[in-house]
Order: sequence, then structure tokens, then C-alpha cells
Amino acid sequence: MDASFPLHLIPLLPLLGAIINLLLGRRLGKGAVALVACGSVAAAALVATRAVWVLGTEGLPSGALVDRFFQADWIFSSGDGLDLHVSAGLMLDRLSAVMVLVVTWIGLLIHIYATGYMEHDPGYHRFFGYLNLFMGAMLILVLGDSLPVTFVGWEGVGVCSYLLIGFWYAEDKNATAGRKAFIVNRVGDFGFLLGMCLLFSLIGTLKYSEIGSHMQTLRQPLWLGWPAACFIALLIFVGCTGKSAQIPLHIWLPDAMAGPTPVSALIHAATMVTAGVYVVARTHVLFDVFPTSAKMVVAGIGAATALMAATVGIVQRDFKRILAYSTVSQLGFMFVGVGTGAYAAGIFHLMTHAFFKAGLFLGAGSVMHAMGGEGDITKMGGLGKHLPVTRWTFFIYCLAIAGIFPLAGFFSKDAILAGAWAARFQLARQGFGPFSVEWVQHFTQDIYPKLIWSLLAAAALCTAFYMWRLYFVVFTGRFRGTADQEHHLHESPPEMTVPLMVLAAGSVVAGWVGVPAVMYHEGDWFGAWLAPVLPPPAQELSHSVEWGLMAVALCLSVIGIASAYLLYYGGISEAARRAAQILRPLYLLLYNKYYIDELYDVVFVRPLKRTAWFLWYVVDAFFIDKVLVQGWAWMVSMLGRAVRYLQNGEVQRYLVGVLVGTAGILWVTTTLPPRRAAAFRLSQQGRRVTLEAGGGSSRVGLVYRVDWESDGKWDEVDTRWSTLTHEYPGQGTYKILFEARDPRWGTSSTRRRVVHIE
Amino acid sequence: MSWILTLTTFLPLLGALVCLLLPREEVGLLRGVGLSVALLTFLFSLGILSGFNGQTAGFLHEVDLPWVQALGIRYHLGVDGISLWLVLLTTFLMPVVMLSSWSAIADKVREFTVAALVLETGMIGGFLALDLFLFYVFFEVMLIPMYFIIGVWGGERRLYAAIKFVLYTMVGSLLLLVAILYLYVKVHQATGTWSFAYADMQRLVLSEREQLYCFAAFALAFCIKVPLFPLHTWLPDAHVEAPTAGSVILASVLLKYGTYGLLRFALPLFPHAVAEVGPLLAALSLAGIIYGSLVAYAQRDIKKLIAYSSVAHMGIVVLGLLMLNTKAVNGAIYQMLAHGISTGALFLCVGVLYERRHTRRMEEFGGLWAQMPVFAGFFLIFTLASVGLPGLCGFVGEFLVLAGTMSAGRTAFADVPLFGKAHLYAALAATGVVLGAVYMLWMFQRVMLGPNENPKNRKLRDLTLREGMVLTPMAVMAFWLGLYPATFLRDMNPAVHRTLVAFKEKYSAGAADAEPRMLGQDKNKKEEGQPPAKQDKEEGQPPAQQPAQPPAASPPGTGATP
Amino acid sequence: MLPLSYFNYYLALGAVLFAIGAVGVIARRNALIALMSVELMLNAANLTLVVFARAQHDMRGQAVAFLTIAVAAAEAAVGLAIVVGVFRNRRSTQLDDLTMMKH
Repeated sequence: MDASFPLHLIPLLPLLGAIINLLLGRRLGKGAVALVACGSVAAAALVATRAVWVLGTEGLPSGALVDRFFQADWIFSSGDGLDLHVSAGLMLDRLSAVMVLVVTWIGLLIHIYATGYMEHDPGYHRFFGYLNLFMGAMLILVLGDSLPVTFVGWEGVGVCSYLLIGFWYAEDKNATAGRKAFIVNRVGDFGFLLGMCLLFSLIGTLKYSEIGSHMQTLRQPLWLGWPAACFIALLIFVGCTGKSAQIPLHIWLPDAMAGPTPVSALIHAATMVTAGVYVVARTHVLFDVFPTSAKMVVAGIGAATALMAATVGIVQRDFKRILAYSTVSQLGFMFVGVGTGAYAAGIFHLMTHAFFKAGLFLGAGSVMHAMGGEGDITKMGGLGKHLPVTRWTFFIYCLAIAGIFPLAGFFSKDAILAGAWAARFQLARQGFGPFSVEWVQHFTQDIYPKLIWSLLAAAALCTAFYMWRLYFVVFTGRFRGTADQEHHLHESPPEMTVPLMVLAAGSVVAGWVGVPAVMYHEGDWFGAWLAPVLPPPAQELSHSVEWGLMAVALCLSVIGIASAYLLYYGGISEAARRAAQILRPLYLLLYNKYYIDELYDVVFVRPLKRTAWFLWYVVDAFFIDKVLVQGWAWMVSMLGRAVRYLQNGEVQRYLVGVLVGTAGILWVTTTLPPRRAAAFRLSQQGRRVTLEAGGGSSRVGLVYRVDWESDGKWDEVDTRWSTLTHEYPGQGTYKILFEARDPRWGTSSTRRRVVHIE
Repeated sequence: MSWILTLTTFLPLLGALVCLLLPREEVGLLRGVGLSVALLTFLFSLGILSGFNGQTAGFLHEVDLPWVQALGIRYHLGVDGISLWLVLLTTFLMPVVMLSSWSAIADKVREFTVAALVLETGMIGGFLALDLFLFYVFFEVMLIPMYFIIGVWGGERRLYAAIKFVLYTMVGSLLLLVAILYLYVKVHQATGTWSFAYADMQRLVLSEREQLYCFAAFALAFCIKVPLFPLHTWLPDAHVEAPTAGSVILASVLLKYGTYGLLRFALPLFPHAVAEVGPLLAALSLAGIIYGSLVAYAQRDIKKLIAYSSVAHMGIVVLGLLMLNTKAVNGAIYQMLAHGISTGALFLCVGVLYERRHTRRMEEFGGLWAQMPVFAGFFLIFTLASVGLPGLCGFVGEFLVLAGTMSAGRTAFADVPLFGKAHLYAALAATGVVLGAVYMLWMFQRVMLGPNENPKNRKLRDLTLREGMVLTPMAVMAFWLGLYPATFLRDMNPAVHRTLVAFKEKYSAGAADAEPRMLGQDKNKKEEGQPPAKQDKEEGQPPAQQPAQPPAASPPGTGATP
Repeated sequence: MLPLSYFNYYLALGAVLFAIGAVGVIARRNALIALMSVELMLNAANLTLVVFARAQHDMRGQAVAFLTIAVAAAEAAVGLAIVVGVFRNRRSTQLDDLTMMKH
């Protein structure tokens, strides 16, 4: 049963704030801007909380709150048998409830933090305008009840991300990073849009609540025998790789750190980048269709991304860049969660991650605030004494992300790892080419999930290592920056530290809503909340396996932390430097992020530029315009130039033309007809000879004479018949004389021809 | 209310006559008269809207008077859900254009005002004309003032651009005239009356070969106007050399004549030819989307970049028209409106920059945001609208066209054999989404972002009040089109549907063998020798009114999949 | 009544006169001589008109000849005036010099 609720208020409040701040912000003053920004988000958060409360208490578990504000269709088109009706509808079910709460409340904390962080920035109102705009778009994204509405928010957050990454636009680097983010996202959107259109073309609706009832259609093979749902799911997943920075579209996120730190925390860690995970969960019916190749792709890409980003994170030196790779890696974890069918686990990790990753970024902001904008961790060190709040909250976040019991990260990561271990993909009911069906089943159900699990486990190890490396290098040891910087070190103001503490508290307790059943059998409250809307994992693990997995994960985390302690406690140790020296090629490979940016530059960017250049200079400007278009013009002008010699302005030459022309016309009209007509054709039948004047066509007004024997006596005189017949009396050779005459002009012409009669 | 179309059409011409009578030194007065006539025309055109009901079959506010009786030429105007919005786009833009050229046109103000107003009459009349001869007259009337606007008030190579524009368009329109005359003769053969009426020509069925030739002539004329790749090279030159007002009108309205003509005339008149050469045109439009985007990326002149982006956007429109289902065609028309707003507004923005710096080369700019924050906001809005961001005008049309293209093989019109590769078409067209962002944002960055290093840009003024008044309505429309498309789709959809049903009806009736015939005409009547077109129209209420096949006649999923 | 072939001599004379006039107009570069040659052509035409009128017993040809004489007179007057005008401007009556249209 769906109940009604004014959901539109949730996105509209921040949007209103955005409009006020962007249009009037410059005149309002900073206090009012901050008030509008935080107030609108707080109001939205309260409305959202109320909505979730209503959903939890009043509706059926699988039901949803719908918004009845926008009744009419937003985009529609009808009459061709496949009507399109897209309403601007909003919907809140248990899945979007989680998202809405995360987005509004963490968003509010970050807004509050930003009032302190951005205090001295001249673009204060612009910043908060964009931030509110982002909140509005993000809330539309999570509340949309159909793919197009989600897409509106999807693109909206993309633009806000573009604007906020390039917030300090005066530096080309920032603007370029923003543009890169937007374009890479657009590549993903290309897939999203196509997936959406393909889905529509098959089932005629795009509403989430209606997709499920068309599964029969979507299971039909579309191409190469694969079901349509597979292709749609993959196309949508292309969009998700863009938005959530997964291989191969992950390259924009590290660069996006050019934006102000609250932006990195809000958009590029806690909310926007998780939208891809949300959308996969949202459209899970498409991913669940047999064969689950789309899921295999999702899980595989997630695992690969998790490990790839985690390894890169180990050697980076820029504070925010490390966190960015950490985000990419953690998003990979989430995709493994939704890709292995452990949807609740993926969303759970999304939520816990929002706490500690937002906190990590805000901590980074606090540190960089104190350091005067310096981001290189090798120039920091020993900051723990100067920034106690930041340090201890950071300590908690690091524990949480490393997955130490009983912090949030432990539970959510464990759920994902368990999900990966338990996953059973189904690829085909028959074998492929050389692979027998048993082999395929063995691979998809035993090898592939374990492979993914091991990738994740390795990534978890790396995560613990690089996070604690970061922590030790920044907060322990002695300060390595300039004296000037050291002098200015200070703890941040309360509007920045309070959110840090709140998020730290969240990072501790957020996981407790999802305690695995083996620990406490009603502990997985989070999974139970989502169970009506997201299918539970297909396979249950035995308790012993689950305990074992947990132990392994915890061990890995501890090993990671311990090795980080050994190498980096109190600063970068000699051993760490030596290790980097010895493994230099590996170190360089990781430090340069596997050279993927360079690869894309060579494979995509430069060819695109060259092609554009070629098309413009060679094809367009030269071939089409010069050769074809102006070529025609040139031909015409050449013709004109040739004809110009006749028009030389000398009347006497014109007169020659007039005379010659007149004579020519006279000749053609008077002499030519008889000449033509006099050319005759003969046909012979025995002794009978038929003569046809002028090739058979008689000419008006001509008269003919004929002398059949050339004896000087005209046999036929002035006849008008152009076909004449004569019967010769006997054998012999005769010469025919034929004359055509035009009596009007007195012109005539004669022809002779010899004829043999046998 | 039938006077309202005539009034809207000829009010600008009247204004032009008034301007001719005013002394040429009274520059302010002339500008004022021009602006107020344009505004008044806009108000009257809103009158068309007020009495409009898209559900009514046929054309509204029709006026049908004999003009040249001996030749059967009639003064026949009418409006439907397709032309309505294009007329409104025109009348909406003209005051904006007048206001934008307030200071940009300082020389020969009287002549400029006259030219602009005559142009407006031509543009409005062309969208409303329902007599092909009348249409042709308006079509040509537009050419001359535009020629002068480019040739007199243009940039350095204005003559080259103006002549190229005129010659290119003339080549097409002459062939169009020939084809119209051919149809005229054929209508006479089939009915015994001489008529240029659109309704008659629509019911005229020709043989496939004749359709092909006539369609080629029509399509060439309109594709040049669109402009469809590879007939586009006049456009960048014309845009670059034209003054801001000229560029805006050219991009926003004149280009629409190409696609409007395709939709109104070329497609419904020659359905069998469309079925035959449609794939070729679709391929060209796809080439235009990708090629236009890539070439735009290589530009250095902002106006040229926007001009090539027009090639890409109009490619989407043509593709949508050829997909022959309501979604795609609605989307195409919507994209025409959206392109009119966003591209027109971008040209206005370039005009603002040009007035300050007298250059349009991107490398001359950079980091203008700090100097001109308000302008930057507007420019950003229009850039994003052009990129196709949801919530702004560009998205709705693009989405509809893509959805329509993707589903072209599954609609009630799918038996026209044109959609073998609909999925591929959609995928290629969607690359425009990516490439659009590539070149537009690159342009935005080079102009507005980054460091402000050029000393000439240090002291640029932000928008004046007048410029703000020019750009604000455009921004409002950009949002309106993006946020509440129902305003426009409501009246557009029935008209599009009718057009497509008529198309399909004519298609399924089959092409003529040798003798031309009229749709829904039985043989006896012709022999009686009195089948005047009028009568047929009344009784012929034909299946045109029937809705298309019921939805999902073939359950989706089992249907044809390429 | 003269025999029909007798007219041919007059016609031949007319043709020769016309040819001489035509060649004069074409070949001579002096405007005055060109004008005179034009007169010659006109008179050749007159002669032909008269001959045909006589042969056909139809007075209309002769009437037209009178008309032509009048036109020729007017033409000569105007033409000479133009030549004089041109001469005043350009100090030349050579037709080769009057090629303004060419440039």
C-alpha cells in the first residue's frame, strides 16, 4: 500500500535555498547565506526524517510513500502504440529512506563544517548556492520514482560536481579537473541514457515499481541470445561506473580533489559517488535476471577497482588524493556487495562509509586548514599535538575504515566479504565452445566468487595499511613543514570540530545496526529493514565459515595496521624508503596510478583532438568547403570568365555576332530542311522500290520531285508525299534522282542513289 | 479569430512601412518603433495561443481567400500544434533580437529595422502558410532581408558569407519551386482543378519514381536550410559574419525552416520516397551529429563553434523526424524550440562579449568570470542547456528523440521499412551527449574560467541592464522548456500524431502506378469531371482521424528486434 | 509588267548595298563612317521593301519605306549629335575608344 507524503519538500527546500543564495547571496551577507544554506538543508533533513518515520510506522514494509504533488506528466508523447509517460514523481521506500537520511544528515553536518571552512572565501554565497543545488539534485536522484527522474538528479549532481570542483576557477587546473569529471561522467551517462531508452522501448515504462511486472519481456533474448535485461543492466552500469568512479571511468575522482574539501567530503565521498551503487540496487531486478552476467561484471569491476585503487593509495603523497583513491576502492567494495547479490550489504557499506569517509575528508580539511592549504603529507608530521580533536576523531575514522571490531567499517565490510564468498553466479545452462557446462558452472559458482573475495581481502589489507600510513605520517613524529607553517598550526573552530565529533560517533555506532546474525541473531536490523525491497543473498553461509571469514578479515586489518606502524610510526622510516627504492618500478607504477591517465590520453584524448583537427582542416575547410562548394563556384566563375571575352564592349563585334547569327538562323530555317529531307532511304521488294524522304519523317510545307531513272524527265513532280513507290519494269541498274524543295523560300536540295533490280 | 494570423503575420511588415516613412536620423525612435512592433506582434501571437486547442483536428484560425485566381493560388493560413510553437518562438525572439541590437547596430538603423521586420513577416508567414505557393513566397521573402543583414551589418567577410548563404539557399529553393510546380500540374491532372493547397498536395499520390524526384528536390532545399551534413558549410560562414541579431535569427528560426519543411511537406507528401531514402538521410544526420561535434571541438572562434554545434543539434532533429513515431517527432520539434532558445542565447552572449572586446577568438579570453559574474551565470546556463542538461531546455528533446529512435521499430508506424538499425542509430546519436559536453565545456572554460591573463580583459563591464533584459527572458524560457514541457507537448502531440497518421495512411495506400491520383478519391468522380478539392476535404474526413494501432498490438519483447 | 526575274537585279543590288553597309559598320572604326554605313543598310532595306511591294502590287511596302526614311533621318540626327557629343568629350570619334562598358 502506498501512502501519500509531501516528499517534494525534501528536494525543493535545498533548491529554494540555492536559488536564494545564488541570486541574492551577494547582498545577503555571510551570516544570512550560511543560515539559508544550513537552514534549508536542516529543514529538508527534518522532513526526510519525518517521512522515514511515517514510512516505518504506517506503511507496509514493501510499500512506499509517494508524492502526489506533481500529478501531470512531465514528459509525454502518445499515439504511436508505445506511449511515453514520464511523471515527475517522487517515491520513498525503504531503500531510498536509507539514502535520504544519509544524504540529508551528513549533508547538514558538512554544510555546518563548511560555514567555518569557507569563511574567508570571497565566493561564499556561490559556494553555498552550489552546495544547496547539489543537495536538491541528490535528493531528486534518490527520491525519483522512475529512471528519468533519477537521471535528472544524476545529471544535476554531475553539474554541481563540475561547478564545485572548478569552484576556484581562476586556476586552470581546477577548471580542467571539473571539466574532466563532467565529461567522464557524460561518457557514463551515455550508457545510462541508452539503457533507459532501451528499457523503455521494450516495456514502455520507466517506473521502478513497474519494471518488475515486465520481467517476462525483459528475459527475452535481445541479441546474441542474451536477454534484454542483461544489456539494459550493463548500460545502466556504464552510467554507474562513471558516477561512482569505477574502472574504466574512475580517472576523474582523484582529480576532483581540486575542489574545496567540504565538497570532496559531501559529493566525492559520502553521497554523489555512491549514487551508482544506489541505482544498481534500485534496478536490481534487471541485474537478477538469469544469466547473471551483468552481476558478474559488476562484481568483477568492483573487486578490480577496489584492489587497484587501494594499491595506488599506498604510495600517494597528497592527503586528499589518498582519500580519493580510498573512496574509489571503497566504492568498489560496495559494487561487489550489490554485484554479488548482497544488496543490503552494499547499501550498508554505503551508509557506514558515508560516515567515516566524510569524516576523513573533513579531518583532512581541518589539517589542511591548519597547514595553510598544504596537502603533501610528507611535509606534515606530529600534528597530533596541535590538532587534538582532529587527531582523535581521525584515529576513529581510520579504525573504522580499516575494519576493526566493533567499529562501523568492520560490520559492513564483513557483510560484503561474506556476500562475495557466498555468491553463486549463473552464466549458462550449456557449455561455451571449448568449455563444458560443468566447467562453466564450476567457474562461476566456485572460482569466480572466491577470486573476487581474495581481491577484496587484498584490498582490505592495503586499505588498513595506507590509511594508517596516512595517520602515522601526518599525526605522529615531528613536524616536517616550514617554521612558518608550524607557527600557525591551530585546531579548527567549533563549527568544524563538532561535525568531526558527530561523524566519529557515527563511525563507531553506525555499524551496530547491522550486526551479523552469527553474533547476535536479531542483530542484522539493517538487513531486515531492507529485506522487503531488496532480495537477500541467495546463499547462506554456515556459521563456522562466517566466523572464519570475519577472523581472516580482522587479521588482515591488524596486519595492515601493524605493518604501517612499523614502517611509518613517527614519520617515514628508513625501511619504508628502502622498500620504495628496491621496488622502484612497482613504486613508480603505483605512484603514477598505473599510467591510466596517460593511456587514456594516448588512446582517447589525443586521437579525438587529432580527428577533430583533421575533420576541421582537411575534411571541412578543405574538402567540403574549398573543393566541393567553392569548386562549384570556381567552375561557374571560370565559365563566366570565358564568356566575358564575348562581352568585350565593342559594338562592332557584337554586330558580327548579330550578322552571323542571323545568317545562321536563316540557313537553318530555309536550307536545312530540304537538305535533310533530300537524304532519302530506300527499301526494295522485288522490283518495287519505296523511297522515304528525310529518313521517314515528312516535313511540313516541303515538296518533292523524283526522277526514277535519271533520264532527265521528272517522274513525279511537286508531290507532298514523303513516301513514294515505283515499280521498275525490268532488271538493271538505275540511278534515282530526288529533290526536296521549300517553295516558300525557293531553296532546294537534291540527292542521287543507285538501285539494282534483279 | 481568423484575422489573428493575418494580423500577426503582417503587423511587422506594417511596422516596416512605418519605419520607412520615419526620418533616418531619428535612431532612437526607429529602434523604439522596431521594438514595440516586435513586442506587439508577440502579444498578438499570444492571442493565437489563447484560443488554441491542440485536440481539434486540422488547422486552426484558418483563413483561405483567393489570391491569384487564374492560377489557383490562395492566401491560405492556418496554425496547428507544430507551427504554433515555431511562430511563438519567432515572435518571442524578435523583441529580444531588437533589444540586443540596440547598440550593436549603429549604422543604417532604419534599414536594419526594416529588414528585421520584413524578415519577421516572412518567418511568421512561412510557418503559417498552407498554400505551397504562398509558402514559397514567404520562404523567399526571408532570404532577402537576411542577405542584407549579413551583407551590410556583418563582419569582415560579410559579402562572401552573404552571397554564399543566398546562393546555397537559392539552389535548394529553386528545385523546391520546380517540384512544387510539378505537384501543381499533377494535382490538376488528378482533380481537374488548379491548386497549390497543402491539403490537395497531401492527398495527391504519385508514383514511386515521381515521389523520389520530388522528394529529392524538397529534401535538398530543406536539408540545405537545416543544414544537414555535408551541405552545412554556408552556416559557419554566415554565422561568423552576421551581426549578433542575424546569427540569432538564423540559428533560432531560419534553420528551423529546414526541419519544419521536412516535417510539414517533404515527409507527408512523399511517404514512399521517405521509406526509400530515409536511411540515407538518417545516416547523414548521424554523421552530422558526430562530425559537427568533432569539428566544433576544433574551432577557435566562439561563433563558429556554436555554429558547428548547431549542425550537431539539428542532426538530432532530422534523425528524430525520420524515425516517424510521435516520441521522436515530438522530440525533434522540441529540440527545434530548445535549440532556438539555447543557441540563440549563446549567440547573444557572444554578442555581449564581442561588443566589449571586438573579437570572438577564444584565446583572447579566459577568466572572465571574476569580471562578469552575472554574465557568467547566464552563459553557464545556456552552455549547459546546449549540452542537454535535464531541467534545461536541451534535455527533453534529446531524450524524446533517443527514446523514439530506440523504439522506432516497435511503434504503430514500424511497418515503414526504415528502422532496421534503430538501436545503432540511437547509440550513435547518443554519442552527441558526450561530445556536446566535450566542446561546450571546453569553450566555457577557455572563455570564462582559468586565470584572467589578458590585460584587455581586466576591466570588462558586467551586463548592462539592457543586456540583462535581453538574456533574462531567454533564461526563463530555457528553464521553462526544461522544467515544464507539458505546456508545449500538450498541443504538439496531437498535431504530430495527425501528421504521422496521415503519413502512414498515404504510405499504406500504396504509390500510384502511372497516373497520379488523389487519396480517398474514387474513379467515377473523376470522370464526372467535378471533383473540386474542397468537396473531397469535407467528405474525406478519412481514416486520418482514427487513432493508430492499439498499444502493444504485438507484445513488446516478441516484436521485431534487429 | 516586268518579268519576275527582272526584280532579282534590284534585290541583288539591295543585298549588295546591305552587305557593304554591314561591312562598313563592322570594319570601320570611325563613328561617322559607321553611321553612314548604317544609312546604307537602311536604304538597302528600303530598296528591298519597294521592290517587293512592286512585285506584289501592294503599296504597304512603299509606305513602310517612307517610314524608314523618316526614322533614318531621325537616327542620323541623333547619331550625329551623339558623335559630336562624344567627340567633345573624348576628342575622338573612333569606336575603339568607346569601350567603357568593357571595364
